[in-house]
Amino acid sequence: MSSSLSYDPQPARPAWGVRVEANKSMSMGEAIQIAPLPSEVRIPLDLSPTRIAEATVAPGDSVRTGQLIARFPGPGGNAICAPVTGRVRDIGPCSVPVAGDRQARCIIIDSADADHWADECKPPEAADSLSRESLQARIAQAGIVGLGGALFPTADKLRIQTPVKLLILNGAECEPYITCDEMLMRERPEDVVHGAAIMLRALGAQQAVIAVESDMPEARIALKQALAASKKTGIGVAVVTAKYPAGGERQLVELLTGQEVPLGGLPSDLGIVCQNVATAAAVSHLFRQGRPLISRIVTITGSGIKQPGNIEARLGTPLRELIAAAGGYTQPECQLYMGGPMMGIALDSDDLPVTEATNCLIVSTPREMSPPRPEFPCIRCGECSRVCPARLMPQDLLNACMNQDVERQAALQVDACIECGCCDYVCPSQITLTARFVQAKAQQRDWRQDQARAGEARERSDVHARRQAERAEQYADGPKADPVSGDQALKDLMARLDERNRADD
Amino acid sequence: MLAVMVLAGLAGLMGAGLLFAAGRLRTDATQQVIDQVNDLLPQSQCAQCGYPGCRPYAAAIVAGEAPLNRCAPGGESTIQSLSHLLQREALALDTRFGEHQPAQLALIDEALCIGCARCLEACPVDAIIGAPRFMHTVLQDACTGCQLCLPPCPVDCIDLVPRPPAP
Repeated sequence: MSSSLSYDPQPARPAWGVRVEANKSMSMGEAIQIAPLPSEVRIPLDLSPTRIAEATVAPGDSVRTGQLIARFPGPGGNAICAPVTGRVRDIGPCSVPVAGDRQARCIIIDSADADHWADECKPPEAADSLSRESLQARIAQAGIVGLGGALFPTADKLRIQTPVKLLILNGAECEPYITCDEMLMRERPEDVVHGAAIMLRALGAQQAVIAVESDMPEARIALKQALAASKKTGIGVAVVTAKYPAGGERQLVELLTGQEVPLGGLPSDLGIVCQNVATAAAVSHLFRQGRPLISRIVTITGSGIKQPGNIEARLGTPLRELIAAAGGYTQPECQLYMGGPMMGIALDSDDLPVTEATNCLIVSTPREMSPPRPEFPCIRCGECSRVCPARLMPQDLLNACMNQDVERQAALQVDACIECGCCDYVCPSQITLTARFVQAKAQQRDWRQDQARAGEARERSDVHARRQAERAEQYADGPKADPVSGDQALKDLMARLDERNRADD
Repeated sequence: MLAVMVLAGLAGLMGAGLLFAAGRLRTDATQQVIDQVNDLLPQSQCAQCGYPGCRPYAAAIVAGEAPLNRCAPGGESTIQSLSHLLQREALALDTRFGEHQPAQLALIDEALCIGCARCLEACPVDAIIGAPRFMHTVLQDACTGCQLCLPPCPVDCIDLVPRPPAP
């Protein structure tokens, strides 16, 4: 295994992907700042529609920082901890920064002026003596989720039963503008290394590798020094080519090990688990300081912000307070984006809370944004196929999408699309391919569901028809109602009733 | 002479083999086509097309007795795929047999239901559970929204609601 990993600074060069202007130096001028305590926080309970947490506090309750306020159902379900001390104002629907502009049920807490830590947030614990299961349970109780953007509960990822050969810590932050992970690795490399060591123990694995991009030499050196200082064995630093989207989970696995994650599968099928470096740092905070997941580092950048940089903010902080902490807007009418310019989503207001997925906030001025460009017909140049990291054929998929041909879309494996936007970026006809594929993926889901439902309905109707046929056969031999005599019987009955009525009168 | 006998023997063996295969592996081509057509229909079993279910309608299409534009629940996309499969001209949906509308779901108002059990037999996919003089309810996952349970209900306690989007 170790021989197939590229630890050297001359990594494999993928054929796919695009080199985009990084624009990272803008937000790396200063050290990570700590944001002032927010005036209020909003903690969404159903950020992902399939995982819905139940609040354990009620409006009017006072909460302390780090206290349990909600829990996801199920055994070992993740907790959500209060990021501030204060009083619960309300639990109700609020706008949240997710694709599709959805509302989520949020716990709204009015923040007090100072932090009072909950009793359960005990400082140092002897992580070295804890068993695998209790490590996982502690991580779930601290509400730690993947900070790379998918928000998958970290403890669930550590609980996998198949043997794990390799833990990859993803520090390959390939999207332009975003620098929160790189700054974390530069300034707090010992947290990443310590968290990685704990995760290895929680996984029962032996080998971990922290992946950085080739354009992050400072981060690499900092990590190597921290590794040498910690004297931990089994953890290494690997370099991958700085090319978008090298930091995608599947892409990173491929670059580091040369193996492809199967379609519809997970890296765990290959004995690999991926975690973000910021998640590792959160795990380290938990075991060093007893601090659950209550904050994250957010890159705030773009020409629309006065002091671009990285700010560690409490979860649930309104974006406007974050912008104020970064000096405010340079001019009115700025557009906000959450995430990078390739996969980020446009936000229509700054009255939204920071979530675990808010890695970057781009504040762009109207001048910085490219105006919507007209689409021209596909000239079949094939550039999109060359750059596609999932090795799809976007130009053929485009045809299938335009023809609404779900079967063809399935045959071209639209489900493998990771929505990275490389095809949009290189298309000389400026066709918005990714948006169509996102739609097609949703269509695929509906189609498969309809197919399954139709199959079940067919079987059920066959059973129903067979039963009715059997019953008809059963009654065929018995006495049949004679329509003529039936009519006669009814007439007789009516006549008798009439007679009785007359008699009563 | 030997060569003739060997060849004749071989020919006989092969002939017997073919005969056996033809007997065992006989498939009814028409039935296969009907199955294919049936697979394209939405299986709502709603009988809006005038046939008692999706398979009878499929049989009628294959036999040339019915045009392929009578399936209202399937709508335009079903007509397109049928026309593609059968190489027949795609016609616009015949709205005399119903309008295409989004998927629906039957819901029994359990306060009104008197437990007459008439809807149980009317449901073509056995999606209603209940027994005489007991309250009935609809299995949401199995209901096709065919509306066939509406006419037999003596107290009009069944409503059709839009199917909620799946999570």
